[in-house]
Amino acid sequence: MLLKPCARWPMNKLVSKAVGAPMPRESARLLVEGRGSYVDDIALPGMLHIAFVRAPFAHGRILCIETADALQMPGVVAAIDGKELAEICAPFDTNPPGVPGHASAPQPPLAIEESCFQGETVVAVVAESRAAAEDAAELVFVDWEELPAACSIAEAQSDSAAAVHSSFDNNLSLHHRFGAEDVSDAFENAAHVVEESFAFGRQTGVTLEPRGIIAHWDPRAEELEVWQSHQVPWQMREVYAAQLGLSPQSIRVVAPDVGGAFGLKLHAYADELAAVAVSKRLGRPIKYIVDRLESFTSDAHAREAKATCRMAVDSEGHILGIDAVVDSGFGAYAMHPRGSFGEAMQAAQMIGAPYKVGAFRAEVRGWRQNKAPSGAYRGVGQPIACAITEDMIDLAARAVGIDPAEMRRINYRSTLDEGTRATQSGLVIEELSLDACLAKLMEAMDYKTLRAGQAALRENGIYRGIGFASFVELTGVGAGLYGPLGLPLAANESCRLTLQPDGSLTCATSVTDQGQGTLSALGQLIAGEFDIAPNMVRMISGDTGRTPYGGGAWASRGMALGGEAARRACVRMRDGLFEVAAGVLQCEPSALAFDNGEIIGLKGPSGLTLAEMGALCHYRPYDIPTGQVPPMTIEESFLPLNLPYITSNGVHAVHLEVDSELGTVELLDYWVVDDCGTVVNPLLVDEQLRGGIVQGIGAALYEECVYSEDGQFTNGTLADYVVPMAGEMPAIHVDHITTPTRASGLGAKGVGEAGTVGAPGAVRTAINDALSPLAARVAKQPFTTRRILEAVMAAENLE
Amino acid sequence: MKSANFAYIRATSLDHALSTLANTEDAIVLAGGQSLVAALNLRLQVPELVVDINHVPGLDQIEIGDDEVRIGPLVRHAQLMASDEATKALPLIGKALPHVAHPAIRNRGTTCGSLAYGDPAAEMPACAVALGATLVLASTDGTREVAAREFFEGLYETQRAPHEMLIEARFPVAPKGARPVFDEVAARRGDFATLGLAGQIHVDSGVIAAFDLVAFGSEPAPLLLENVADIALGKAPNPGLITDLSQAVADQVHPMESPLATPQMRRRQYRALAERCLHAAMEFADV
Repeated sequence: MLLKPCARWPMNKLVSKAVGAPMPRESARLLVEGRGSYVDDIALPGMLHIAFVRAPFAHGRILCIETADALQMPGVVAAIDGKELAEICAPFDTNPPGVPGHASAPQPPLAIEESCFQGETVVAVVAESRAAAEDAAELVFVDWEELPAACSIAEAQSDSAAAVHSSFDNNLSLHHRFGAEDVSDAFENAAHVVEESFAFGRQTGVTLEPRGIIAHWDPRAEELEVWQSHQVPWQMREVYAAQLGLSPQSIRVVAPDVGGAFGLKLHAYADELAAVAVSKRLGRPIKYIVDRLESFTSDAHAREAKATCRMAVDSEGHILGIDAVVDSGFGAYAMHPRGSFGEAMQAAQMIGAPYKVGAFRAEVRGWRQNKAPSGAYRGVGQPIACAITEDMIDLAARAVGIDPAEMRRINYRSTLDEGTRATQSGLVIEELSLDACLAKLMEAMDYKTLRAGQAALRENGIYRGIGFASFVELTGVGAGLYGPLGLPLAANESCRLTLQPDGSLTCATSVTDQGQGTLSALGQLIAGEFDIAPNMVRMISGDTGRTPYGGGAWASRGMALGGEAARRACVRMRDGLFEVAAGVLQCEPSALAFDNGEIIGLKGPSGLTLAEMGALCHYRPYDIPTGQVPPMTIEESFLPLNLPYITSNGVHAVHLEVDSELGTVELLDYWVVDDCGTVVNPLLVDEQLRGGIVQGIGAALYEECVYSEDGQFTNGTLADYVVPMAGEMPAIHVDHITTPTRASGLGAKGVGEAGTVGAPGAVRTAINDALSPLAARVAKQPFTTRRILEAVMAAENLE
Repeated sequence: MKSANFAYIRATSLDHALSTLANTEDAIVLAGGQSLVAALNLRLQVPELVVDINHVPGLDQIEIGDDEVRIGPLVRHAQLMASDEATKALPLIGKALPHVAHPAIRNRGTTCGSLAYGDPAAEMPACAVALGATLVLASTDGTREVAAREFFEGLYETQRAPHEMLIEARFPVAPKGARPVFDEVAARRGDFATLGLAGQIHVDSGVIAAFDLVAFGSEPAPLLLENVADIALGKAPNPGLITDLSQAVADQVHPMESPLATPQMRRRQYRALAERCLHAAMEFADV
C-alpha cells in the first residue's frame, strides 16, 4: 500500500446529504456573541475621522464657506469643501446609456455651489476623533441662499414646479412605456372595469449596522485599501478607480462583517466617496461611520410612488386588460452607479406579472425631487407592482361577485405552456407553480373556516380581513439585464475552491453575506458534494484581494448563482481527485463516490480520505500512479446565459383584525407558500421568508420617511420612524413547492426578497377586506392609525 | 452623533449631588439615562455638567408602608415591576409598567427619572397624577413635597427647580377593592403612547366611591378627568353609565394637533378606549 492511513477528522459528519438539510448556522454564534468584526471595530494607526457639514435646506446655493473657526479647534486636521475635493475626485455621472432619455445631474462628493436635498454633504471636517470633528463642524459657517424646491411627486411634476437642479428646466428624469400602445378594445368589451389610485410612502432600509467606511491611501505604494460595510466590493473597486482616476489593480476593497444591507449598501454614496478622496488628499487613513440621523437623511430611500390602475374583466372574472400609470420619486440625483430607475421600471413592468392579463399597457415616469436619492431596497419595485395588482384583483373579484382566491386561481399564468416565455410587458418567465402554491396555502390556512369566522364576527362589529398576494419575483438578476443598460457591472458569481494539504477545503466566493447566512449555506452545499463535515470548508468572501471577480449580494443571487458556481467547482475538483484515486484504488473513476470524507470504490470501506488525497497531491505527487497532478484550485463562474434572471413565485395570505374605533391593526396569522426551486438549507430559507415578510409588514403598517412641505426630514430617529418589532408580528407559517430552475444544475432560485415583495400587498388587501362592510378603503401606504381612521370616518360621514 | 463636551461628576452621596447641583448653573442629573443620553447624543441637551447619581448608596430603596409606597430615585422600572409587594400595594403601577418601553430600557430607566423628566407620553407621570402621589424635591436648602397633581405643568415642564432633585415618589396604597384602569394606544407595544388612560376606581357597597382617571399622551401634561369623576361618583356601575363616562372622557380632553392623529380622531379613540377600560375594571369590581 502506498498510502499510510493518517489521522481522521475528529468531528462527525452532520448530514449524509447536505442539500435540503436543516443545518444550524454555526457561524451565527460568533455574531450573536459579539465577536463579529464590523468596519467600526477596525482601527488603523494614524487614522482620522470625518464629520460632515450637511445642507440644511431642500435646495440651496452656497454663497461662501468659512472654516477658519473650525480649524482652530483642538484635534482638527482639515476642513475640505467641494471645490478642493473636485481637484482629485470626479462627480458621479449616473446616466446609463441603455436607458433612453434618462437624465440626472452630476453629483460631486461634496456639494459645489448648489445643494439639492437636505442632508447633502457640503464640508468634510477631519479630526483626531469623531467627537472633535463634530464639535468643529458646528463652527463651520456656510452662507446659504435658499432656493425654491420641489419635494413631493405632485410638486415635482406640476407645470410651475421649481427645478430640482439648476441644470434642468423640468424634473422628469425617466419616461418609459411597457406593453401595447392601445388597450381600449379590452376595456370596451369588458363586463366590469375597476379603477383605483395608489400611493406609496418613502421608506429606507434601516440596517442595524449603519453604513461605514475606512479608506487608506498609501502614498508610498500608491495603493488604496478600503474597508466598507457593503454588498458589492468588486463594484466599489471599479467605482473608486473611475472617480479618482486610479488603476483598479491598485485598489483593494474589503467588506468585513456587515450588519444588514437590504439594498441600501449596494450603492456608491457621495459621503463615502468623499471619505476616500479625503484619504487620498491627506495621505492618511480616514474613518467615516454614518450615524443614525445621517442614515435616515442620506441612505438610499425607496418606494415613493403614485399610481393609477384600471383593470378590465369578463363576467366570469377573467382579466381582459390592465392599464396603469406609475409616477416614481427619484430624489435629487440618480443613485450611483445603477441609477434610481430600477424601482420605477419594475413597479410598472411587473404589474399583473402572476396573471394572464390580456391586453397590457403601463407607463412610468420618474421625477427628480429635492429629497434624498432613491435606490434599491429589498424587492425593488416588485412590492409596489404586487400591491397594485393584488388590490385590483380584489376589486375586480368584488365587482364580478366571485371569491378573491378563486379569482386568482382562474387567472394564474402557471397553466401556460412550459418553457421560458416573455410577457407583454417584456418579462422573461420560466414555468410557474402558482396553482400549486395557492392550493397548499388554502389548505394550510383552512380558508373556508376563516371566512365563516369572519362573517360571524362582523355581526358583532369585529372587522377581520383576509388578504392574498401572489407574486412573481425576478432573482439572480445578471448581465442579461445590466449589460444592455450599459452598466459596467459584473453580475456573474464565482467560486475558487482549493483542496488544502490537510484535506480541508477553502472556498473563496464572490458572493457576500450581510447576515443572511449565505456563506453557511454555500459551505453546506460544498460539504455535501464531498460528504464531509461543514467545518472542513472554510469560506472567504467580501475581499477583492482574496476572492474571484463577481457580483456580491443583490437580487437574491447568493444560492441561485453563487451556489451553482460552487457546485460546478466541486464537480471539477471531484473529477480530478477521482482520476487520482482511480489509479490508487485500481478501478474506474466512475466507480468512485464520496462517503463520509473518503473516496470509496464499489468494494467499500478501505478508501482514501481527503486528507490522504491532499497530502498525496501536495507533498508526494510522484506517488500518483498516472503521474498527472490534478489542479488543487478550481475556479468556476456562473451566469445563466439564456436568461436575464431566474423567476421565483409564491402566494402569501394574512389574517388580521382592524379596530375601527382605534384605527389599529392586529395581525393574527400569516402564511406563505414559496417556490424558490431547490432548497439547500430550509432553516435559512424559511428565515429569509419570515424576515422579508416582517420587513414587508413594516412597509404596510409603519415605515415612512416623512418630509415637511419644504423638504425637511421630520422623523429621523428610531422612535419616530417606526420599524416592525417582534411583539406585533404574527406567527408566520412557511411552506414550499419545489420547481427547480432549469437554468442550473443545482436548481436553486432566489428567495431573499420573496417576503418583502408579497407582504405589503397581502396586508393591504386584508385591511381593505376587513373594512369592506364599512364601505371604507385605504390606498396610501403605510396604513397607519391615522389613515385607517381617515378612511373609516370619511365613510361614516358619507352615510 | 456624539454629545457636546460636558463636565461629569460621579456623586458619592446625596449631599454631594445636591451641593453640586447648587453650585452649577446648568447641571443635569443622570439616573437611568434612557432619555437623557439620547438627548445628549442628539445635542438636544447641552448641559455644562452631568451629575451621575448611580453610585450613591441607598437611593434604590422601595419602602412599603401601610399607607404609602416610597420609591427612591434609583429604583429601576424593572425593580419596581419585580416587587410583588409594591405592585400589590399599587395595582395601577403593576398594570402600567409592562407598557413602559421594553425590558432593556426598564432595566436601566428609573421611575423617579421618568417622573422628573415629565414626558407627556410617559406612563409613570399619568399614574402619579391618577393616584395622587406626592413628590419629594431636595436641594441644599432642604426638602419640599409637591403633589403630583400640581407637579406637571406642560411639555417637559415641572415644578422642579434646576438645582432640585426628585429624591422620592410617595404613592398612596390602594384601598382594598380598588381596581386599576390602564390602557394606551401605541404604534407598537412599548412605544410612547399616542394616547392613554390611567386610573383607579373603587366601587363600595354597589356605588362608585372613588374615581380617578387621567388622560395622557395627547395632552401637554397628564390631565385629571375631574368632570368624568363628577358624573361617576355615587352612581352604580352599569353599561349605560360607562357609555356616558366614555363620552365625557372624549369631551373633556383637549388633544394636541399631531401628525399621528387629528384631535377628532383622538376623541374617538379615547371614547373607545374608555369604554373598554371601564368595562374591564367594573366587571370585576365587588358590586
